[in-house]
Amino acid sequence: MDAILSEIIAKYNYWIYVVLMMIGFYAMIGKNNLVKKLLGMNIFQTAIILMFISSGVKKGGLIPVLDKQAALEHGVNSALINNPVPHVLMLTAIVVSVSVTGVALALMQRIYRRYGTLEENEILEKMDR
Amino acid sequence: MNVEPSIWPLAAVLISLLGTVPILLSDRRPNLREAWTVLISLGKFAIIAAMLPAVLEGGGYRFTLAEVLPGVAIALRVDAMGMYFALVASFLWILTSIYSIGYMRALNEHDQTRYYASFAVAMSATIGVAFSANLLTLYLFYEMLSLSTYPLVTHKQDDEARSAGRKYLTYLLGTSVAFTLPAMILIYTLTGTLDFTAGGILAGKADASTVSLLLVLLVFGFAKAAVMPLHGWLPAAMVAPTPVSSFLHGVAVVKVGVFSILRVVFFIFGTGLLADLNLGVVLTTLASITIIVASLVALTQDNLKRRLAYSTIGQLSYMILGAGMLTAAGMTGGLLHLSMHAFGKITLFLCAGAIYIAAHKSNISEMDGLGRRMPVTYGAFFLASLSIIGMPPLGGFLSKWSLVIGAIDGGQLLLVAVVLVSSLLNAAYFFPIVYRGFFARAAEGNGREEVREAPVLCLIPLSITALFCLGLFLWPSLALQLIQLVVSP
Amino acid sequence: MSPTNLHMYALAAPLIGAFAVMVVGRYSRRAVAPLVLGVLSFSFAAALTVFLQVLSGGGFRYVVGNWLAPYGIELSVDHLGSLMQLLVSGVALTASVSAVKSVAKDLEDRQHLFFTLYLILIAGLHGLVLTADAFNVYVLLEIASITAYGLIALGKGRAVVSSFNYVIMGSTGACFYLLGIGYLYILTGTLNMADLARIIPTLESGAALATAFSFCIVGLWIKMAFFPLHVWLPNAYSDMPDGAAVLVAPLMTKVTIYLMIRFMFSIFSPAYEFIQHAGVQQIVVGVAAVGIVCASAMALAQKNLRRMLTYLIVAEVGYMVGGVWLANAQGMTGAILHIVNDALMTLCLFLAVSAIAYHEGALDFHRLRGLYRRMPVTMAAFTVGALSMIGVPPTCGFFSKWYLILGGIEAGQWLYVGALIFSSLVNAVLFFRVIEIAYFRMPDADAPGTGHGAVQVREAPAMMLQPLVVAAAALIGVGLATGPLVQHVIRVALPGGF
Repeated sequence: MDAILSEIIAKYNYWIYVVLMMIGFYAMIGKNNLVKKLLGMNIFQTAIILMFISSGVKKGGLIPVLDKQAALEHGVNSALINNPVPHVLMLTAIVVSVSVTGVALALMQRIYRRYGTLEENEILEKMDR
Repeated sequence: MNVEPSIWPLAAVLISLLGTVPILLSDRRPNLREAWTVLISLGKFAIIAAMLPAVLEGGGYRFTLAEVLPGVAIALRVDAMGMYFALVASFLWILTSIYSIGYMRALNEHDQTRYYASFAVAMSATIGVAFSANLLTLYLFYEMLSLSTYPLVTHKQDDEARSAGRKYLTYLLGTSVAFTLPAMILIYTLTGTLDFTAGGILAGKADASTVSLLLVLLVFGFAKAAVMPLHGWLPAAMVAPTPVSSFLHGVAVVKVGVFSILRVVFFIFGTGLLADLNLGVVLTTLASITIIVASLVALTQDNLKRRLAYSTIGQLSYMILGAGMLTAAGMTGGLLHLSMHAFGKITLFLCAGAIYIAAHKSNISEMDGLGRRMPVTYGAFFLASLSIIGMPPLGGFLSKWSLVIGAIDGGQLLLVAVVLVSSLLNAAYFFPIVYRGFFARAAEGNGREEVREAPVLCLIPLSITALFCLGLFLWPSLALQLIQLVVSP
Repeated sequence: MSPTNLHMYALAAPLIGAFAVMVVGRYSRRAVAPLVLGVLSFSFAAALTVFLQVLSGGGFRYVVGNWLAPYGIELSVDHLGSLMQLLVSGVALTASVSAVKSVAKDLEDRQHLFFTLYLILIAGLHGLVLTADAFNVYVLLEIASITAYGLIALGKGRAVVSSFNYVIMGSTGACFYLLGIGYLYILTGTLNMADLARIIPTLESGAALATAFSFCIVGLWIKMAFFPLHVWLPNAYSDMPDGAAVLVAPLMTKVTIYLMIRFMFSIFSPAYEFIQHAGVQQIVVGVAAVGIVCASAMALAQKNLRRMLTYLIVAEVGYMVGGVWLANAQGMTGAILHIVNDALMTLCLFLAVSAIAYHEGALDFHRLRGLYRRMPVTMAAFTVGALSMIGVPPTCGFFSKWYLILGGIEAGQWLYVGALIFSSLVNAVLFFRVIEIAYFRMPDADAPGTGHGAVQVREAPAMMLQPLVVAAAALIGVGLATGPLVQHVIRVALPGGF
């Protein structure tokens, strides 16, 4: 029991993102309101971004900006520097997520103009008519 | 045995396919269109006949279009068996074309251009089947035939035609996709080839149960042969115009089915393999049941074309019966029956069409006394029905005789009984028609006096085919020569 | 123009063209069509040249901007990739000829915006088939998807709602994929496919790797609408404008399947999927078989031609996924061949549908009556497409089905073989039902220009017919060329281990 508990605590960042992801996923699948679905999607994406970011962080790690002189003289101790690649990747992922959100918001505006509501069941009702 | 590469087999197949272009283009000029049809049919026969001498010398021609799968190409090959079938089919196409002109004009049918064009495509497919060098090519043309005859079967475009067309495609396309295709792929997995090879390709490659499974799949997969219980499409397809019924459902389509079965029996399984595994009995049993049942059903049909259709179902199985005997005489009889029945049945159908044009009657019970008004038609009908029954001196006698000999050779006396009983049944469903035509008194005042013979363009072909029934008895040497090459190469 | 980066030109041309179209189209409507067609023709020519080069000289890898792998971004131009690039550019060009006409009718004043999205989508697809970087796959997938969302939303009626549902599902798929990539990165520290392939076999951590693999695969399955993750597809594909459908329907799912192949065999290896986790294969092929049967059955229930076709796309996805997971060379060959063939078949059918819709509008079955008389050329091409879907030789659909069944028999997957045959039969029923309506039923007497015997031929414009005829001819041409195609391209393209 203790072993499991310490395992959970040791990797608390992963558990946070898992919980966040589940919240987002639930909202996407379970919610009736389109805005809430979209928010769920954003939470979901944010959770993944968090996971990536936290994977690059090291205990006591420094920012990955190097002094050229120092690096040439003493070399680089990569154990002391946070891994920048996940951050860079997530920059792209954020851009993607923002664009998707933008498109989704635009779509939602058009849905609202057409059906006068953003509740999924009401839209379906109006569609059938 | 020298088989030369040559463009001629392709030409024989393509001429009528390409011929659809001038036919379609001369849509508004019926004379020109029909001149094209006749011209193309003559050309086709000429090309096929030109290849005959080489085949008789034991050689042939081949043409490879493209190798589409490893070891399997889309390829044509002219051999004795294909040549035999192609000669019969292309010769009868000429006569049918001439007859069609008379028939379609007399009835003032709609969409004649589509009719002639589809007919030409169907003919290409038929010759394609005859000259296929492997199972894949055969399958290709077999499907092409199913599809190109669909517009012909449904020519009337009314509800009856539509449901008949539906049945037609369900049976033919359904069985070929569900049975033939898997069988073909299985054969390919087992042997790595699909080429038609004398003596078969499966020997030593598959165990007994696989071979029997394949045999059953292929016999039912080629549903054009109308082996019961997959015969239902043929009577339904009788809604088509009579030239279609006569040529396609008396000769081309149904014979393609039988031809395909014989092809795989001789060239994929090999008679030796079937004899070793004692599988001929599968074929003979299925065929015998079909022969007897179809003949019995034919007795009950009042519609002339439907009676002829059931008769066809029975007669087709004679050919399968012959192949299933696995004796030289049996196979000869089966193959011989292919041409004898073709000439006989086409005559009967052409006569049915002529009666329909002249008197607008399609039920046998309404045909009393017609024979006296239409002596040529009924005379031809009589000759042809004698041939189908198997009376000398008509061609059908030779094939049935050969079948009986084959059965005795193989020691299968039960099959002798099948042939004899069914011949009696044949007589029982044909003679009343002729009798009623000549001797029965028609009811008074129903306008019998005005009935005159059908147009001369209809009479000529049916007289020729009737005379051929007679001629084939007297001079069967060409047919026998070709069959000899197939049975004992 | 150096010959070694022609593939980059094929990719860049539509991208640059997209912005040119947006700017130019604002001032001149008439310049849009020539610009689009010019850009795509150039792209096609470049892709064709690259393909021929690869055929003669073999594949190569290309680093963008001289940053060497594994740090830089790498593109891989191999047999499979260049075949896909040729397919993408060819289909895009053919589709765009027809799209120019139908978009001019459907979206009069927004043409240039439509084609901006359209070209970006094509650029995204080009990128997807070339990239050799697992993270770039995510970005490019989203580029293609976001433009597709936009294109779908341009459709009429409830297209916006369909598009929104697609956004949700599509993003879920992409997130799953990203998550999987995250795991992979944590495990290996690299994103370059070749690098990943080198490192993965040395890893010991079984569960984490399996998690990464399954997240990625499920993400891709959502994106390709693999049954039962397909629910978004029929609505989205049937509501989008015709001009977009002719591009999206043939290519999107097919490219995603290509990505699955890349992922399974360029990052992971056949040994990983089929030997170390042998049970999974059974399940996936089984699901594929069930999917084929269910999607075919659902297609039967449709009363609208376009919706019917969308369900068939779902069924075809089952063909290909099943084929890949059969784990033998025949099945793999069949799957790759079917990617090409299915793209062409779908193209042909959707082009026909868009030609019919040009005059008829809606495509409910009862509107199709008498169509053979009114549009003989369109219906002839449609028939060829239908025959290919059924699998009648010599159309190409027959040959890929042949290889798939062959692979199924070899693998002993009888359920899958049965499903393929069942779906062929259902396709026959489906298409002949349509053909029957179009061929027999006369249109209602009060409809304009009708009446028995006096039906006028009223074909779609030539711009829509030409690509349709080309596509139909391609079905037969590719069918006849199956032998060389398999021998010289696909057999070479099979991933190592087959």
